[in-house]
Amino acid sequence: MLIPCPQCGPRDIREFTCKGHETYMHRPSPAAPPEAWDDHLHNRDNPAGPTREMWHHVAGCGAWLVVERNTVTHAVTGAMLAREVAR
Amino acid sequence: MRVSSTWQGESAASVTFTFNGQRVTGRAGDTVASALLANDIRLVGRSFKYHRPRGILTAGSEEPNALVTVGTGPDRMPNVRATVQEIYQGLEVVSQNHIGPLHRDLMAVNDVLHPFLGAGFYYKTFMWPRSFWERVYEPLIRRAAGLGALSGEAGGATSEKAYAFCDVLVIGAGITGIMAALTAAEAGADVILAEDAMVAGGQTGPQDGQIGDLAAGDWSQTRLDQLRAIPNVRVMLRTAVTGVYDDGSFAALERTGLHLPPGPDLPRETFWRIRAKQAVLATGALERPIAFPGNDRPGIMMTSAIATYAERFGVVPGRRIAVFATCDHAHRTIAALARQQGFSKLTVIDPRPDAVALGDYRLIAGAEVIGTRGRLGLREITIRKGGTEQRLEADCLGLSGGWNPSVHLTCHLGARPVWDEARAMFLPAPGAVPGLHPAGACNGTLSVAGCLREGQAAALTALRAMGRKPRAPALPDASDDPGRGRTLWAVAAKGRAWLDFANDVTTKDVKQAAQEGFTSVEHMKRYTTQGMAPDQGKSSNIGALAILADATGRTISTTGTTTFRPPFVPVTLKAMGAGAEGKGFAPERLTTSHAATLARGAPMIEAGLWYRPSYFPAKGETTWQQSCDREVRMVRATVGVVDVSTLGKIEIMGQDAGAFLDFLYTNTFSTLPVGRARYGLMLREDGHVMDDGTSARLAPEHFVMTTTTAAAGQVMAHMEFTAQALRPDLDVRFLSVTEQWAQFSVAGPLSRELMNSVLDDPIDDTAFPFMGCGAVKVHGIPARLFRISFSGERAYEIAVPARYGDALYRDLVARAEVLGGGAYGMEALNVLRLEKGFITHAEIHGRVTAFDIGMQGMLSGKKDFIGKAAAGRPGLLDPARERLVGLKPVDPDGVLTAGARLFKPEDPPEARNDQGYVTSVGQSPNLGHMIALAFLRHGPEREGHEIMMIDALRGIRTKVEVVPPVFFDREGGRARG
Ligand SMILES: [Zn+2]
Repeated sequence: MLIPCPQCGPRDIREFTCKGHETYMHRPSPAAPPEAWDDHLHNRDNPAGPTREMWHHVAGCGAWLVVERNTVTHAVTGAMLAREVAR
Repeated sequence: MRVSSTWQGESAASVTFTFNGQRVTGRAGDTVASALLANDIRLVGRSFKYHRPRGILTAGSEEPNALVTVGTGPDRMPNVRATVQEIYQGLEVVSQNHIGPLHRDLMAVNDVLHPFLGAGFYYKTFMWPRSFWERVYEPLIRRAAGLGALSGEAGGATSEKAYAFCDVLVIGAGITGIMAALTAAEAGADVILAEDAMVAGGQTGPQDGQIGDLAAGDWSQTRLDQLRAIPNVRVMLRTAVTGVYDDGSFAALERTGLHLPPGPDLPRETFWRIRAKQAVLATGALERPIAFPGNDRPGIMMTSAIATYAERFGVVPGRRIAVFATCDHAHRTIAALARQQGFSKLTVIDPRPDAVALGDYRLIAGAEVIGTRGRLGLREITIRKGGTEQRLEADCLGLSGGWNPSVHLTCHLGARPVWDEARAMFLPAPGAVPGLHPAGACNGTLSVAGCLREGQAAALTALRAMGRKPRAPALPDASDDPGRGRTLWAVAAKGRAWLDFANDVTTKDVKQAAQEGFTSVEHMKRYTTQGMAPDQGKSSNIGALAILADATGRTISTTGTTTFRPPFVPVTLKAMGAGAEGKGFAPERLTTSHAATLARGAPMIEAGLWYRPSYFPAKGETTWQQSCDREVRMVRATVGVVDVSTLGKIEIMGQDAGAFLDFLYTNTFSTLPVGRARYGLMLREDGHVMDDGTSARLAPEHFVMTTTTAAAGQVMAHMEFTAQALRPDLDVRFLSVTEQWAQFSVAGPLSRELMNSVLDDPIDDTAFPFMGCGAVKVHGIPARLFRISFSGERAYEIAVPARYGDALYRDLVARAEVLGGGAYGMEALNVLRLEKGFITHAEIHGRVTAFDIGMQGMLSGKKDFIGKAAAGRPGLLDPARERLVGLKPVDPDGVLTAGARLFKPEDPPEARNDQGYVTSVGQSPNLGHMIALAFLRHGPEREGHEIMMIDALRGIRTKVEVVPPVFFDREGGRARG
């Protein structure tokens, strides 16, 4: 698999580590109800098809990316800097 | 029999090797198989299950029969295909799977017992009693049914891993692949041409006439020489592409040095990872055997193999050669062979009544081979024509049942090949692998002109996909006739007819599987073991599928096909794991004090990839405990020095650096004055402790954080995530500097005295109070000084650029010794921190909360931080949780062990009564007994209670008292000074 790092170009998957679904980016407010935190921490879908995940270019530029990929075809359809998505 | 001693047009040197200890002479360029055939050695091994005598079936990597063991000692390689292994002077080859000599295998009794050993024999026989499986059945079966064995010795010649990148990868250097490579190379693309065999040309030979003005058999080599001269082309012979992966990734195995005598710098194999923008699949086709009774004897081989041995190696594999063929292609091959020396007595048996001889050989049309004789090698065949049978003397029988396109690589991403009824072939599914374009015989195209055309077309498609506008040069003239053929999977006759030679699967086994309900291909495969040998059923899977289809009254396309998975040819783990043995697997991280530490005789222990001293033995000390006790007392009485460079060190800068730390840590850092350090606790977002350490403020916008040695990488990734994904609003930058700074802890009542002897400007407790920090100079070198303590004593950590680490460590230890102190190691460091109740990752192991370790008070109520919301969940604040306590034995001699479980003294020691567990233990020389940290239900509420510690693994039961986790200097006055 190749991940198109916006800073480094297409790079081999072995340079990256995957944290999981992009849910990790959407941190509830400290005052959010326990259900919101439960969803944030524990509840994940297991999609067959497109998904958005957090990948860390740990053996590259160090950027955290939001990667769009298809779990069925393995096609990677995009990668954005988490820093820009979060803004 | 050898009829020509040239190799690629030149006279070849003779080469001597041994086969089962016997000296055999071949010639340069031979494979083990061709050299054995040249010496009329037909018996090469025994079959897997029935121990039938077996010979050489093919001339390529698909060989199911002729598996041998080559080499000795750690370089011994089992299950090597004799058809692939090239000979060199001194090569040692032995046959496999027999007890006693090869020609009198004691296990051959299995062949007589065959009525009892049919499909499913193992499943039916070795079911019970259950206890017999591991002790009796498995060793028995492993001994009886086996392949070659490794030596069990470590070491030996190395292998390599390597990476390559190209525009167009062409897989296979037959005429199709060469045409594709030429087309891509002429268009200026970077081309890799990978070929499994040691020479180019594939199956093309004299039977294929002319290609342009060259003999078809010479065209490939001539063009390959041209390709080699083009700078943007890389030709890789002896390189099998073994796997296809996502986004143009390919794995390939190169036999870099296996064909040469072993040498110190010669890798055996190279495991390649090739990244290609586009690829052309030109893997050709494998000739299809025919199932008939006794079709497995030595001397029976594929007709294409006979041609290869004759053309490439000058070897005639028999004196009376017959061929059982169902297609015109085989007739062309025989006609071409008949013109050569050594092939005067050729007979072709063809089931087609209208078959016509194409050359000077005897043709028996409308006939089938229905039996064979010859115990250790073929002697005679039985032919049935109409209602009559006749016997024919033959020591070699060629088989030609048509061609199976080598579609394997097109299936590696999950596509299934498609059955083409008209051509009776499985063809690659359209678009099976994006960017991989099948061409030629692997695509079902068998004529010479068709292969050239498709090779060029596939390359043009690849080039256009890359945005190039290539031109199509004129193709050379060649025959466009694929020839006709008839499908004959199995001859209707009595007796065992083999499909899978490697695993001894017969047509009867497949029919029996169908009868017993295993009608799915996948079930049949597992029940009979069809296709599960090292050759992965390359020559037999499709025949077996056809027999299954027939037995179940279905067509081949509705019966399905098996799944082809990587690797296409067996790959040694040694090659796949090249570079990852020993220190390649676990590299060493060494501190700057390493040499000085070794010079003092300290045994080293591993901490992750780091190496740290365990203890420093002094004169007269015979056990580690003696050294450890002395070092602990030394630090408490005078001064000790220990290298703490392995702790993670992260520089944090920016106007929001303080706010960033506030968000990372449970406690507040933005209020920390410059020149001070603070202990901090970091949680995961789920409310559990991630790590702890100190962060020091060197300037208003500059902090330096320390992490534990174990969690340095994890913390860095966590900080990156936090800064980029959660708090991009903060202006902060950070960098790991763990390896840039050497850092030493100087601990003990005399530590300030020692520091002042090396610092350019002496310090006092006003400038450097407890938890103070700042810039200093050591012997003129700018350094950082932190007054922090992990021992409970007055202590300083001094950090210098790593290049000064060795000198400073030696200097500090020497000066400590003058003061009655010295170096100390990890054992003493552990006892010192245990006496103080300081935690490590033995305690914060990922399942504990701040509440559990008694640090709930460090969770700031005034700000948000990672883990705050989750840490407040009621379940994580339950007093009944396992919480941190200290333990001491009621009897001072009592033994405490890490990992032991805790029970109420009155309860039976069963899992349901479990009260907690011990995490760290040590012998305290100051207290005179062992001490431990533990997690105990209701923990601190039970101080003063007695608990039973039980280590079932080591058989230890010790009554302990629950105490606070700080054993020594509870008020902390010694560190604060
Ligand atoms: Zn990057």
